[in-house]
Amino acid sequence: MGLATSALRSRTLAALTSPHGVDRYLELVNPMWAAHEVRARVVDVHREVDVPGHPPVATITLQPTSTWRGHRAGQHVQVGVEIDGARRTTRVFTISSPDSRPGDRFTITLRANPEGLVSRYLVERARPGTMVHLSQAQGEFVLPDAVPERILLISGGSGITPVMSMLRSLQRRTHRGHVTFLHYAQSPEHQIFAAELDEVRRSGHGIDVKLLHPELGDPALSPAYLERHVPGYRDVPTWACGPAPLIEAVKGAYADSPALRLEYFKPPRVAGSDAAEGDVVFSRSGASGANTGDTLLDQAEALGLTPESGCRMGICFSCVSRKSEGTVRNVLTGEESSLPDEDIRICVSAPVGDCTVDL
Amino acid sequence: MTATQHITTETAETTATTDAPGAPESTATIFGRLTPEQLESFGEEMDAIRQRVLADLGEADATYIRNVVKAQRAFETAGRALFYLPPAWPLAVASLSVSKILDNMEIGHNVMHGQYDWMGDPGLSSRMYEWDNVCPSEQWKYSHNYIHHTYTNILGKDRDIGYGVLRMDEDQPWHPYYLGNPLYAFLLMVFFEWGVAMHDLEVENLVAGKRKIEDNKALHAGIMRKVRRQAVKDYLLFPALTGPLFPLTFAGNATANLVRNVWAFNIIFCGHFPAGVATFSQEECEDESRGQWYFRQLLGSANITGGKLFHLMTGNLSHQIEHHLFPDLPARRYPQVAEEVREICERYELPYNTGPLGKQLFSVAKKICRFALPDRKREDAAAAPESETTLAA
Repeated sequence: MGLATSALRSRTLAALTSPHGVDRYLELVNPMWAAHEVRARVVDVHREVDVPGHPPVATITLQPTSTWRGHRAGQHVQVGVEIDGARRTTRVFTISSPDSRPGDRFTITLRANPEGLVSRYLVERARPGTMVHLSQAQGEFVLPDAVPERILLISGGSGITPVMSMLRSLQRRTHRGHVTFLHYAQSPEHQIFAAELDEVRRSGHGIDVKLLHPELGDPALSPAYLERHVPGYRDVPTWACGPAPLIEAVKGAYADSPALRLEYFKPPRVAGSDAAEGDVVFSRSGASGANTGDTLLDQAEALGLTPESGCRMGICFSCVSRKSEGTVRNVLTGEESSLPDEDIRICVSAPVGDCTVDL
Repeated sequence: MTATQHITTETAETTATTDAPGAPESTATIFGRLTPEQLESFGEEMDAIRQRVLADLGEADATYIRNVVKAQRAFETAGRALFYLPPAWPLAVASLSVSKILDNMEIGHNVMHGQYDWMGDPGLSSRMYEWDNVCPSEQWKYSHNYIHHTYTNILGKDRDIGYGVLRMDEDQPWHPYYLGNPLYAFLLMVFFEWGVAMHDLEVENLVAGKRKIEDNKALHAGIMRKVRRQAVKDYLLFPALTGPLFPLTFAGNATANLVRNVWAFNIIFCGHFPAGVATFSQEECEDESRGQWYFRQLLGSANITGGKLFHLMTGNLSHQIEHHLFPDLPARRYPQVAEEVREICERYELPYNTGPLGKQLFSVAKKICRFALPDRKREDAAAAPESETTLAA
């Protein structure tokens, strides 16, 4: 930490700028100055894939403030944008560039989801100079410091971003082991990072790149396919990221092998309404309804409430609310909890039976 | 609306003047002014205004509040810096006073109402904002946003009627203690931020035995922490940073806090205490409809007329009526909304209490002095309620 940073974070300056804090003053002088918060300036927007009739994919290069603590390959970051200078909306995106150090530039690669305010804004409207708000890098889906000899990276669609960050980091670290990079895309023209992957494939260096397009007749993911290309794959350290059907297939192929690490883009769909019972009560607003089995956030919104929320996937903790009674199931882990007066993330908690939340 | 319901109504009150007659009209007749159907459509018209403004919120509102924040920070910085130039002392105090007034009123009060929560900016979020005032925002949000704005002017519920210290309504029984009404008001004005911080301790309820000392334990830590931070900043660190000018800076900071106290007190007392503003009993507010709630907010508040700069410096509390009707709409919208509210009031023949600052203040001062003494017109007043009830029924 430099001298300036230490001074900016000192208790004296905190006391002098109380109650607002140092950052509320610094940001007025220069949005790239910060003592605690993390922000970034868009440096470049580069279209990766632009198939007519399909949502485009772009890589955004970000110059973060000096408060950015760096990231490990595979991690994600919350990005908040102020659309039309007013409403800040925050979503989570995976970092596609290799490991970064504090204050380093990094990139995120994302598809402009037709219903996604933030991804569409970033891909279609962000320009160099646009400011965005960031969290620190988050997530446990990372390569260990001691990289294993043999590695398998499996991805589907835009789930390629974290494993691409890993692949790039491995190259930087001059990893000399054997990496198999298995990616499923709709078609060759939908392939993100096509040129770079092509180069990696041709240069060899122990990296085996396989780009598959099952819709065009390539084999889908199966235990047999994996066994043929990565013998004994169940014991090979594997990182897999992609849409739910791919992840389900990978899970099936690995059974309960501890070698497998997974990352979803979205929480898995919650069990249908047939299993749900009881009533959900939002005590502060007085709203209530029959439990539909959806997450508490969805149920609250269906009842016309607008609880605070962010990522909608259990990452950002914006939606944390107090559950006064009842049992909820974490839709990501399946874990159930019946503690009274418990703070829960309502975006990934579905009620099991009667449930009361202070909203 | 039937003619009989008008009989006890003092029509003078429906005008913009504040020189209303001594006894405010009974609330039984006030609610009787509108039929249930009219009350419902009145509520719907208010809801429609709210919905329309909500749908229109955007860049202009965001830019406005950010500019106010910028101005406040600039005044603050300038004020702190000018203390290094002893001849500029009055200017430093003025600058810091403006900063504190803007921070507490147009920014703090309004942000903590959640007026800008839709922006998703943590710096302007009601959950996060902390103001330049010794009262911790968390406690203030409970007593102000919840208690005062929900139970506005309901005797025994709204603790902002006289703040537990003053007698501001004839239905508060007189006691020799209230002979000190003007003195208490003066002290509350001078120490207003401390009064606001102490407000949540409900000292009057402690004295009355309705509240236990232990109930306040949880609040003490929060208040002390905030008081310490404010005191360290204004009375230790900033004066110390000016070295030999310590006493001047210390006095300057104290003066800026005093100026803010006096200004905020005066504006806020004009919001609910000028003559003609109605109070309500708990019984008549039971099972209140949305229309009735709006109606009560209208009758229980008063505006102050003035220019743009004046409205800004009052945090738009000069539009207390609109603020009470729509506490979560950005305050910069109140002047625009006020035109519609006035038009609706004229149509329903409802009072709309407004007047220049001097007039409203005089009316409040008169009330503070009048209620220091026992009611003189007891006999006259005793006869009235009976007839009013029958008329309203």
